[in-house]
Amino acid sequence: MKLPEWLRIGRIAGLVFSLAMFLSCFAFAEGPQSTTSIFEPTSTPAAEIHHLSLFVFEITGAIFVVVAGLLIYVIIRFRAGNAEDDREPAQIYGSNQVELAWTVIPVLIVVVLFLTTARMIFAIQDAPMPQSALEVTVIGHQFWWEYRYPKQGLVDQAFVAANELHVPLSNAKQPRPTYLKLLSADADHSFWVPQLAGKIDLIPNHPNEMWIDPLHTGLYVGQCAQFCGVQHANMLLRVYVDTPEQYTAWVDNQARPGVQDPAVAEGRRVFETEACMNCHAVRGTAATGRFGPDLTHLMSRETLASGEIPNTRDNLRQWIKNPDSFKPGALMPAMQLSDSQLDQVTTYLETLK
Amino acid sequence: MADRTLPIDGSLDLTPPREEHESTILETLHAWVITVDHKKLGLMYMMMAIFFLLVAGGEVLCIRIQLALPNNHFLSPQVFNRLFTMHGTTMVFLVGIPLVFAFANYIVPLQVGARDMAFPRLNAFSFWMTLFGGIFLYYSFLGGGGLYGVGNAPDVTWWAYAPLTSRAFSPGNATDYWALALIVTGFGTLGGAVNVIATAISMRCKGMTLMRMPLLVWLMLVDSALLLVTITPLTAAQIMLVIDRYLGAHFFDTQAGGSAVVWMHFFWIFGHPEVYVLVFPAFAIASEVIPVFSRKAIFGYPAMVAASVGIAFVSLGVWAHHMFTVGMTSAGNAFFVLSTMLVGIPTGIKIFNWLATMWGGKIRFHVPMLFCTAFLFQFLAAGLTGIMLSVAPLDWQLHGSYFVIAHFHYILVGAIVFNTFAGIYYWFPKATGRMMSETLGKWHFWLFLIGFHLTFDTMHFVGFEGMPRWIYTYPADRGWANLNLLISLGGLIQGIAVLIFAYNLISSLLNGKIAGNDPWDAWTLEWSTASPPPDYNFSTDPVVHSRRPLWDLKHPEDPDWKYE
Repeated sequence: MKLPEWLRIGRIAGLVFSLAMFLSCFAFAEGPQSTTSIFEPTSTPAAEIHHLSLFVFEITGAIFVVVAGLLIYVIIRFRAGNAEDDREPAQIYGSNQVELAWTVIPVLIVVVLFLTTARMIFAIQDAPMPQSALEVTVIGHQFWWEYRYPKQGLVDQAFVAANELHVPLSNAKQPRPTYLKLLSADADHSFWVPQLAGKIDLIPNHPNEMWIDPLHTGLYVGQCAQFCGVQHANMLLRVYVDTPEQYTAWVDNQARPGVQDPAVAEGRRVFETEACMNCHAVRGTAATGRFGPDLTHLMSRETLASGEIPNTRDNLRQWIKNPDSFKPGALMPAMQLSDSQLDQVTTYLETLK
Repeated sequence: MADRTLPIDGSLDLTPPREEHESTILETLHAWVITVDHKKLGLMYMMMAIFFLLVAGGEVLCIRIQLALPNNHFLSPQVFNRLFTMHGTTMVFLVGIPLVFAFANYIVPLQVGARDMAFPRLNAFSFWMTLFGGIFLYYSFLGGGGLYGVGNAPDVTWWAYAPLTSRAFSPGNATDYWALALIVTGFGTLGGAVNVIATAISMRCKGMTLMRMPLLVWLMLVDSALLLVTITPLTAAQIMLVIDRYLGAHFFDTQAGGSAVVWMHFFWIFGHPEVYVLVFPAFAIASEVIPVFSRKAIFGYPAMVAASVGIAFVSLGVWAHHMFTVGMTSAGNAFFVLSTMLVGIPTGIKIFNWLATMWGGKIRFHVPMLFCTAFLFQFLAAGLTGIMLSVAPLDWQLHGSYFVIAHFHYILVGAIVFNTFAGIYYWFPKATGRMMSETLGKWHFWLFLIGFHLTFDTMHFVGFEGMPRWIYTYPADRGWANLNLLISLGGLIQGIAVLIFAYNLISSLLNGKIAGNDPWDAWTLEWSTASPPPDYNFSTDPVVHSRRPLWDLKHPEDPDWKYE
């Protein structure tokens, strides 16, 4: 039986639609997409701001429609005709009643907007820190992020991570927010992951604090939002929200000292004699530098250079050879290592899981 | 429109014919360099502003080419950072402020019926200081590297937040040129401000009480008062910065216990009122152009004056809304939310009064009025995005993003540049005696309007999508690429429109239609004298009886002074 053309098209459209609905169920089941949009919040502060923003957009949008509508009306209604009519229109000099009206109405709008805003400021900024909260110290550097974790749970070892922040999942019943203490080692920076919270600056000599309580697992991205120097653009942020099991496993691994594999002793010697360790630390070895990122568990990270490039052997080798080739102006110098030294040190770093 | 000027005491009928005298190029140049005439200085301020507008516009076009595509390599990060620093600094200090004094210098003495500014020699001094500051800033391209062979122009953003400006982070001399240039232009600005205040207060012609002063003069008076208050902390901060850099003080040197936050307060107590300083001339032009082209007296003159003074006062108490993300206390944040929202009230009053002036009029959409009409829409939108940003929690998301760039360019371009064009088209006939081409003007207007909206409307959305400012490149997977291409395209269209304007300016100067004394059938005193006005403006002192002296002359049966 041959269906009429329109019906076939209708059926195909119907199929596509139901397929799309079916697939979108999966998409939603996984939680929101990773994006830098401020309209897809996954954490309470960002969600509250999103909520408030809709209210503000409604009010300002209404004002715009009314006033711009009046303007358009005036432009159309009162434009001079083509006929040369020399008479001037009636001269009106003002009206106190009208002035009063368009003063009082905005005053009322301001009162409403201010009270709503003030409530939100106090709710977010002055939220008391619950006992269950995790406290991480974030230190902004030109042009990377240092994260200092405290001793937590059964792990009796504080540790330092870099560039990829791992935090536990929180939920409404058992909140486990993460409080970030924000410090800077050099210039001003700003911590901005739009899906998690608004940004707060990291300013030298001026400790700040913010909190997030992510309600969905996944990777959230953002970047430094205050100009901090030549590579401000590539000071990217990656926040991994882990399930409790994933998070515990990650903490257990991070708290361990660096792997000491005798097979890569050559590379380790290069690392410890060619000035790498002046800036970088590998816990459990002589390397204790703090100027650059801690490398104790370098291989547990997915990216290099503050989120700029994937953490592959080729990228790592090229980065060590000449950081400027990825990030012109990065503070890590090219150490002029020979090819064999480069291979050795890359192989050594690859064991730091 | 017919030239319907009627004789007035001191008007053109009493102006003796000008002596025709061929002067050599050197004589002409010499005459301009040594001049203390407010009109010539006003035109020189204007030429300086247009020159630097083209320079800073070129800088931003390079920036837009770089950002049109993700991972682009048109500019290096160093050059990109220098260009946006120079773009911002140039636009604010070498375009915005000279524009204030271009219009104030040229128009204020003519509108108050004076022969010159109160202090003509100070006027010349102020102009040359401002220009010298501009040259100083751009000299950093040559001399900024110093002996270090490092960066050759400032790259610290136009806010120049500490501690990036300290010697540790900004070696070389580029940051010094930046600071010194702002100090030098600052002195020029202070001189200009003193002059405008003195002129508006003490040079008004007989009969012109303060409440008969044209709104342009009122706005320039308030503007200058605001400049006197705000340039001072900026200059103080710059001097502290130079002391930090050269004498090892630690005002802003965080490595030695200085405070980065103190710099922010100093900068924004200047920086926010500065926005109003720049936008007041736009208000001033709208307040002259809209009534004339609507053929009606300005609606609510006293309310307009009160709103201007109100904005100036409130604007001095809002600076820390630039610092919501700095980590102030919640009460501090709430205070600046309230003060910022309060500015919206007098600003709203202004928009409503312009609207009411147009209401019931016979609106003639010549080029100046087209620009002013677009200004009204754009200023309305900019005010409303300003309200959004004043909501501190929302600002925590949008601060430092492209949304903020869109917001303030809606003011700086959508209001200030649009009305500057309106003012140039409106007073060009007075200053040169020739009309600007209406056809080219309309091309200029529509192209600029399209380019403007393509660029800056789109920027709001890329801001919502989380794109921060000051970045020289961005990863392709962020989803910002298409919007950025649109933004760059809009920038290109604006560039073309400005070139049409420049061509119109030059061709009209040479071949424009002869304007006559009063081409727009306007009502303020400048239109009663010849175009261009003689050196002494008015041969005898004018006497006025109302806010619109020429209306009274043209309509003796129904003069204004009966109603004011």
